[in-house]
Amino acid sequence: MLLGPSLTVSVILFSLGVAGVLFRRNAIVIFMCIELMLNAVNLSFIALAQQLGREGQVIVFFVMAVAAAEATVGLAIMIGIYRHKSSLNVKEINLLRG
Amino acid sequence: MTQVEVVFWIFAVVAIASALLCITRKNPVASALWLVMTMFSLAAIFVLLDAQFIAAIQVLVYAGAIMVLFLFVIMLLNLGKAGPSDMLGWVGRLVMLAVAGLLAVELWVVGRVAPADALVRSGESVARLSEEQGAVGMISEPLFRVYLVPFEVTSLLLLTAIIGAVVLAKRRL
Repeated sequence: MLLGPSLTVSVILFSLGVAGVLFRRNAIVIFMCIELMLNAVNLSFIALAQQLGREGQVIVFFVMAVAAAEATVGLAIMIGIYRHKSSLNVKEINLLRG
Repeated sequence: MTQVEVVFWIFAVVAIASALLCITRKNPVASALWLVMTMFSLAAIFVLLDAQFIAAIQVLVYAGAIMVLFLFVIMLLNLGKAGPSDMLGWVGRLVMLAVAGLLAVELWVVGRVAPADALVRSGESVARLSEEQGAVGMISEPLFRVYLVPFEVTSLLLLTAIIGAVVLAKRRL
């Protein structure tokens, strides 16, 4: 029975992802931490799918497609930002600050 | 501890250790490579949880396609060397640890709650389904029947992402 241990690992990975988002200032690394959080959620989906039916695995399929779309658009935005600012430090990206 | 549990814990420790290294390395390329390691370990855990097809596309799509895209952008923008202020100071680190620890405790408490009886289906075990229909058939059958409309919407989402990426990243159209 791997449900409990899987959920524990998922919790740890998700919290590490949140810590990374709060801790880093490089926009690309923040983006990678978001991918880490998505992976942690996928792990909990799959662990629960083993008990509750295969629909969880189908949802993971959709999560992966959305993550791929998000990564392409986000990285394109970062290339655009780098062109204007020559930096990806989130401290310097403050155009929308009032 | 059974053999499966031993293998599970080996990959779990590798996944957590490489996630920790991913968020602490100064060099973005090193971060990306440690994240690839985490994703491979998660793929191994998926196999142990009777999700062989998802494990395969985890390696193909995540570790293969998405991480190559990340590395490509890091190297295109020449971010190989870390800036001086990539990480927060000590106060920020303490706050970050407190927030992440609080979140971990909250999620752990939520995970302790047993699922409601209505959620637990009887008899439909994923391992048995995968033996009957195959690892791919088990997923494709609901994907193309119950979830057909979301599947088609996903293709529209990917098309939108392609167009958006081209429009955003191209200097002039």
